[in-house]
Amino acid sequence: MPTFDYAPAPESRSVVTLAPSYDLFINGEFVDASGGTPFATINPATEETLAMVAEASAADVDRAVKAARTAYTRVWSRMSGADRGKYLYRIARLLQERSREFAVLETLDNGKPIKETRDVDVPLAAAHFFYHAGWADKLEYATLGANPRPYGVVGQVIPWNFPLLMLAWKIAPALACGNTVVLKPAETTPLTALLFAEICQQAELPPGVVNIVTGAGATGQAIVDHPGIDKLAFTGSTAVGKMIAHAIAGTRKKATLELGGKAANIIFDDAPIDQAIEGIVSGIFFNQGQVCCAGSRLLVQESIAEEVVRRFKRRLETLRVGDPLDKNTDVGAINSARQLARITELAAVGEAEGAVRWDTGCPLPKNGFWFRPTVFTEVSQSHRIAQEEIFGPVLSVLTFRTPGEAVAKANNTPYGLSAGVWTEKGSRILWMADQLRAGVIWANTFNRFDPTSPFGGYKESGYGREGGRHGLEAYVRTEVSA
Amino acid sequence: MSRVDVRKTYKLYIGGAFPRSESARSYEVYAVPSRAGARPRFLANASLASRKDARNAVVAARKAFPGWSAATAYNRGQVLYRVAEVMESRRAQFVTDVRDAEGLTPARAEAVVSAAIDRWVWYAGWSDKLAQVLGGLNPVAGPFFDISAPEPTGVVAVLAPQASSLLGLVSVIAPVVVSGNTAVVVTSADRPLPAVTLAECLATSDVPGGVVNLLTGRAAEIAPWLASHRDVNAIDLTGAADAPGVSWAELEAAAADNLKRVLRPGGSGAEAVEPDFTATPALSRMTAYLETKTVWHPKGR
Amino acid sequence: MSTPDSADPTARARDLLGVSRLTNRALSGALHGLHGVDQVGCELRAAALGTRSIKADSKRWAIDLAISMIDLTTLEGADTPGKVRGLATRALVPDPSDPSTPSPAAVCVYGDMVATARETLGDSPIRVAAVATAFPSGRASLPVKLADTKDAIAAGADEIDMVIDRGAFLAGDYLTVFREIVAVKQACTRADGRAARLKVIMETGELVTLDNVRRASWLCMLAGADFIKTSTGKISPAATLPVTLVMLEAVRDWREHTGDMVGVKPAGGIRTSKDAISFLVAVHEVAGEDWLDNQWFRFGASSLLNDLILQRQRMTIGAYSGADYIADDAPSAY
Repeated sequence: MPTFDYAPAPESRSVVTLAPSYDLFINGEFVDASGGTPFATINPATEETLAMVAEASAADVDRAVKAARTAYTRVWSRMSGADRGKYLYRIARLLQERSREFAVLETLDNGKPIKETRDVDVPLAAAHFFYHAGWADKLEYATLGANPRPYGVVGQVIPWNFPLLMLAWKIAPALACGNTVVLKPAETTPLTALLFAEICQQAELPPGVVNIVTGAGATGQAIVDHPGIDKLAFTGSTAVGKMIAHAIAGTRKKATLELGGKAANIIFDDAPIDQAIEGIVSGIFFNQGQVCCAGSRLLVQESIAEEVVRRFKRRLETLRVGDPLDKNTDVGAINSARQLARITELAAVGEAEGAVRWDTGCPLPKNGFWFRPTVFTEVSQSHRIAQEEIFGPVLSVLTFRTPGEAVAKANNTPYGLSAGVWTEKGSRILWMADQLRAGVIWANTFNRFDPTSPFGGYKESGYGREGGRHGLEAYVRTEVSA
Repeated sequence: MSRVDVRKTYKLYIGGAFPRSESARSYEVYAVPSRAGARPRFLANASLASRKDARNAVVAARKAFPGWSAATAYNRGQVLYRVAEVMESRRAQFVTDVRDAEGLTPARAEAVVSAAIDRWVWYAGWSDKLAQVLGGLNPVAGPFFDISAPEPTGVVAVLAPQASSLLGLVSVIAPVVVSGNTAVVVTSADRPLPAVTLAECLATSDVPGGVVNLLTGRAAEIAPWLASHRDVNAIDLTGAADAPGVSWAELEAAAADNLKRVLRPGGSGAEAVEPDFTATPALSRMTAYLETKTVWHPKGR
Repeated sequence: MSTPDSADPTARARDLLGVSRLTNRALSGALHGLHGVDQVGCELRAAALGTRSIKADSKRWAIDLAISMIDLTTLEGADTPGKVRGLATRALVPDPSDPSTPSPAAVCVYGDMVATARETLGDSPIRVAAVATAFPSGRASLPVKLADTKDAIAAGADEIDMVIDRGAFLAGDYLTVFREIVAVKQACTRADGRAARLKVIMETGELVTLDNVRRASWLCMLAGADFIKTSTGKISPAATLPVTLVMLEAVRDWREHTGDMVGVKPAGGIRTSKDAISFLVAVHEVAGEDWLDNQWFRFGASSLLNDLILQRQRMTIGAYSGADYIADDAPSAY
């Protein structure tokens, strides 16, 4: 004494009932996969196996697409928007009712802190359904063009960083607009999607409207290549996004792609500095930095660079890294051994290239996949850690002298998903927001998300938007004319 | 015998200048006879653009982008309206060009030119409406001001329609540049002369050099270079319909390498069909080249 | 008791500001040159600190620490010697059912009640704090404020809680605020050279913006405040977590700048153990462990003690307790 040790405050796991193995969810029922090899999904914080999950083969995907097609033709496309909306409202409420269960399960399967699943992932997922439910019978008011109609069957492939939230971003607008869905969750995080299947059952959503096929790249490929798919929505890496764009070239399949980023978080010398520090922290350590819009390049005005780095390091000392189920944990586990290897490799490259590496040296759990919050100073634009998406809790610090230089450095990347600007000067914020080539600009804040707010990138960060009125455009076709 | 007329040399339009192709090549352009069975009439030797001309055009378009996209919407609207004024003053030339290019009767050609000018005016008026129609405030659940607005995506490569040499051309260029994009346009191969006349209108109005670049020649030769060009942000494949040797599927595949925004040609399945340009356009021709930017800011005291 | 700063506070302020003459312009320049505070971001951070979960041993420790940080307060026109004696007795024996319960840091009363409180507290280490300087409005001339202060000191006050002239602050007359603090601080020194610790109340509810809170915090520290304190308790909002967060950042940055520690006292509106623990979490994560001591952090509160004891009893007996099991010497008269 005095020490203010927060005793462990773990959220109880008892709220979650895990089955030893999970089947595919096709046509409203859990069904055996045909031919694929079941795979384990593990808790990345402990490496314990949580459950075995079926691998959907191309034949299974075909079954799912056919179920979705039938549901589309016979039920969903004929249903009034108002009734579609009511199903979405039901889903929103069910997610709220079972929020704790979803939060704990997401944390178990993904490794992210319970604080985030509880306060961000799950409530936002419910909010997305709630928001889109209201659109279902109002599409003709959405300025989407004349006579907005659904595409039909939508194939959706989502990543492991926000498993349930990305599912909500994809399924809610698709269903609101009258499409039916075949969705593949990421192979390392399938469990909340499978629990969502139960929600669909509880909501008595017509069979086949939502189909969930688990698997890895091959399953995703089968969805992308399936001729019965009218529209694809993908969130994930830019490399895979390009493969998808390539695969559907010359077809009439539409795609929206939400891909990688290397966001600049720009701090001017007149920034509200304590809040800016928080913004840097949440920008790069939220979800262990495994966020496509993470503020992974800190651009600090040279005149306050030293002060910002000092304050930032001091703040890092108070970050709590460890058990994701502990309510006091700020930084959880990296999602997979593979991702950890990638982060480790790129951090080593940063060191080898001459950037200065620093971390708090905080203790890490023995089992599981862990990476300390790390900052690199003296980083140059030409360093790989300033160019490549690390997708981990690794911040690269660069400096600039003038607003123009900040813009030039921020835009000097093939990506264009997000950017942060911190300054108390209003006109400079608006000028910067104009100049930055990115889909989302957070000024004096960072990593804010809302169902009403369109999200998506410029350049190689993908195309199409998710959320808001704009997000609906991805799921309707309108009168085509010259 | 009347006087010997002075004929025009038809050239490319790149960065506001009228260069010949760097390859020094040209190709013969013939008028479509208005009567079946008549012999095609030689019109001109058009410049045959090469991949290097395309490269130069992209450089010019990229250079023009910051200024054009940063111009006020009102200013862009004025500049584009001015283009329509200049087109009107060259109506006679356009009528002749379109008649020769498409084999139309004089009356039909007049109608097409009128429609093309009207189309240009229609698009010009969109410049300062787009942000209001497509953007707006997002009512987020928190103390934040959150606004979304459209922005131009950058440099857009356009394969102009092969058949509709003026109305179609105008209908694919105007929606690109009205929002602040800059364009590299591959004109109709067999009907390039209306495009060159349009270039003269652009050059003599207030459109900054490089905002629109026109390449006469064969899409099969140039388009692959534009589709794979990493400094091109979007590509309109409309002109792939009926362009000899052009596979829009291959172009789209090449465009995937830097995730270009792709506007596919009309038609269904693998078939590409040139659309009917007489109908009032949909917003999608403009939105295809727009990005949505969303800006958040806290609201506090 | 702090040792009086031998250096002339004005000279020190000049030195820190790097000016040859301390003027309003110099003070404005410095205070307006501080980094701004974004209200929304600050509130989000405060809310995040509020979600920290404290369990078991830590919670027990935090509750005892919070009790030891209380300035047990009665500041009513209706205060009587009887009530003040009751309050002081309560401070001596916070929970008759459990003698291990720590005592609050101080009893905080109006100047005319100092002697009564002192008498009841006797030789105990519990300090007597007096509000002074025309509390709560501060609308009196400087000589009156100084007389008020000296009166309390003479009656045996260990600590003085003064109010700043908010009107002068809001009018940009920082020099007046500065000079008043310096003068009151001087008045806190007894003839024997020992000085009462000076808490400076900024009345943040009247300063309204967090930018003002940060500027006022620095102004008070520049003028020699031993503590910066949020509120009189007479104005709402009083001690909010975001305001306290800004003040904690200020004392942290001040120490970085000067090497000196200044205390923080949120006062008014903190009624539950949960609130108190959130504040302690903020102290711990923002200012740091050094401030987790009643020498450097206080709660100005009247009813908070009851709830802390309620929680303490729950942890001791393993069942929820009730108001009938809390000996309350200072219930509301209404």
